[in-house]
Amino acid sequence: MSEKCCCCGTQNKEQFKELEPVLEKYAKVPGSLITILQKAQDIYGYLSIDTINHISEATGIKPAKIYGVATFYAQFRLQPIGKYLIMLCQGTACHVNGSEIIEEAVCEYLGIQDGETTEDGLFTLNNVACLGCCSLAPVMMIQSADGDETYGNLTKDKVVQILAEIRERA
Amino acid sequence: MKVIIGQGSCGIATGAKKTQAEFEAQIAAKGVNVEIDFTGCVGTCYLEPIVDVYEDNGDMTRYVKVQPDRVERIVEEHLVGGKVVEEYAIAPEDQQFLDKQQRVVLRHCGLINPEKIEEYLAVGGYEATQRVVTSMTQDEVIEEIKVSGLRGRGGAGFPTWFKWNAAKGNPGKNKYIVCNADEGDPGAFMDRSVLEGDPHSLIEGMIIGGFAMGATEGVIYCRAEYPLAIKRLEIAMAQAREKGFLGKDIFGSGYDFDLRIKAGAGAFVCGEETALIASLEGERGMPRLKPPFPAAKGYWQQPTNINNVETFANVAWIINNGGAAFGAMGTQQSKGTKVFALAGKIKKGGLVEVPMGLALKDVIFGIGGGIKQDKQFKAVQMGGPSGGCIPADLIETPVTYEDINKTGAIVGSGGMIVMDEDTCMVDMARYFLDFTRKESCGKCNYCRIGTKRMLEILERITRGEGQDGDIELLEELAAKIKDGSMCGLGQTAPNPVLTTIRYFRNEYEDHIYNHTCTAKSCKELISYEITDKCVGCTACSRKCPVGAISGEVKGQHVIDKEKCIKCGKCLETCKFGAIVKK
Repeated sequence: MSEKCCCCGTQNKEQFKELEPVLEKYAKVPGSLITILQKAQDIYGYLSIDTINHISEATGIKPAKIYGVATFYAQFRLQPIGKYLIMLCQGTACHVNGSEIIEEAVCEYLGIQDGETTEDGLFTLNNVACLGCCSLAPVMMIQSADGDETYGNLTKDKVVQILAEIRERA
Repeated sequence: MKVIIGQGSCGIATGAKKTQAEFEAQIAAKGVNVEIDFTGCVGTCYLEPIVDVYEDNGDMTRYVKVQPDRVERIVEEHLVGGKVVEEYAIAPEDQQFLDKQQRVVLRHCGLINPEKIEEYLAVGGYEATQRVVTSMTQDEVIEEIKVSGLRGRGGAGFPTWFKWNAAKGNPGKNKYIVCNADEGDPGAFMDRSVLEGDPHSLIEGMIIGGFAMGATEGVIYCRAEYPLAIKRLEIAMAQAREKGFLGKDIFGSGYDFDLRIKAGAGAFVCGEETALIASLEGERGMPRLKPPFPAAKGYWQQPTNINNVETFANVAWIINNGGAAFGAMGTQQSKGTKVFALAGKIKKGGLVEVPMGLALKDVIFGIGGGIKQDKQFKAVQMGGPSGGCIPADLIETPVTYEDINKTGAIVGSGGMIVMDEDTCMVDMARYFLDFTRKESCGKCNYCRIGTKRMLEILERITRGEGQDGDIELLEELAAKIKDGSMCGLGQTAPNPVLTTIRYFRNEYEDHIYNHTCTAKSCKELISYEITDKCVGCTACSRKCPVGAISGEVKGQHVIDKEKCIKCGKCLETCKFGAIVKK
């Protein structure tokens, strides 16, 4: 446990100043926990224990409950992610059209498994349920600070080429 | 002249933004006076990016698969020269994909700019809302919907009027109308298309529904995986508010109604009404026992009505054209039209809206053009993880709630995943069970542990380690999970397994007793062999990552089955068709 446990003080106010406007708006509005967690994740990329404790302090919701909500939903992450988040669709249409082969190619090229981040901190791989672009299956979406980009009709070679290009740019 | 570029998520994924940039550059370079605009998804996803060129007299030419390298010719020959580039224009057989449809829900998708309320108003937008709030009573609205026979398009097919009426009849300080836009079924994307292509039709449906049940606030629960849908909804809501269609005293009627969006956080179980409400309240999305039903005690314990996007998108059309006109389409029990998302091993994938009652064959072959590479059609999966696989010999089944239920599948939200001879049905069952196991909220033991046990058995079978009695064990567990689960997720989770056992029992038996995969898809049960077509080019042996292939140059090679890891690289590499999967 970190020495600077923030559930008993406000020393972390400075650390969470980007989150302040969000907390000001939502902390006391009932039913806003998921919204707050989404905004916090947008800002910090993931939900750290410190962030959860800070939100708890501002909202009065117990950290255990926040943790419960954060782990219930697929969207929330408790670990930092790479610069590029690869959301590889594993929906039915993608599965039928060979998304497992695409996953193998990505894992082989990047040397990571689902949920992991490359050592250089560039890529994180996440399998997701369905991106809703089923006619272009297999599909992946890559999220980064530059915005979201969706790639369809993937093949083993195409997916490796896309990742290689991103790696080169970065 | 006007150039309109389709920019739904699928259009953008195929490069519509690059196409637009190229048009802008070419038009500027050639100095022609042409307006560029965009629209939502027209539904022919397999032809994206799609570009429509409108002449000043209203005539339209549709160009398909317009990658940037096709733009210059279109600009030069058509926009400057006035001559259609036939080579890139939509082919007659593709035009049929659209002509054979009857569009109510998708009436504006791909035609209007979803970010301009003026374009929605120009096609009669908000007239229904005005009529409802200024000249109809709540009961009259509900009666019109009753006459139409509209049933919930999210999966269960419950009559919409009944839900509205129940919420209207229950007392409450505040009543809420909620739109389930958390399209969680993998393989269904009609809601995304409506949200991205025609957000105002959803807003209108919600205002009208809200008025009918007496709600003053609406919430759209939209999945976070649809960022473009959320953005376009926000724009549409702001515009509607500015015009006075949302907010206080709508159309001077004294009726107040406003909307907000709540982004979902990714949980399939939130498609269940009570789980969705728990999620709206910021909790873990876990269902609770019913009654009380949401119509009595829902969001914040107030009377709440939840409908799906497609259901709401029908409402304004019904008010404008009359419930009887809607009811005239479809069959006696399943009225109106339904949007289906055609995907999988289909030639023409996309969104298809047809009157209910059409045979599966007419949708898959008549509109969808049949199976990719003309392979053998094996089955169509309907209803996602709650549904089932309908085999080829039931292809004449009319698509109605009742007829599809009889097959063991459900209409569900309208996803149709087409499968061919290469799809292993045991693997499909395993795939869906894996999905429901991950998505089970964990409240009911049978759903939480039972799905896990079923998955283990299915994994065992697909690995070739199936045992005598596994099929019966699956059936027993399936029955117990159905009985022992509180919500729809658990009650329907075994359906994909039960329907595949019912129609494809031989495939299960092949896996268990003969250790073969009928579709040659399960890795552990296949082997690769080199036939005498081999010319000894050595390409495969150089590609093989484990050095399992040996042979002399110009002599037939062999695969060492002990070493082979079945990665399939040799099969991909061979240019002579000498490698076969067995």
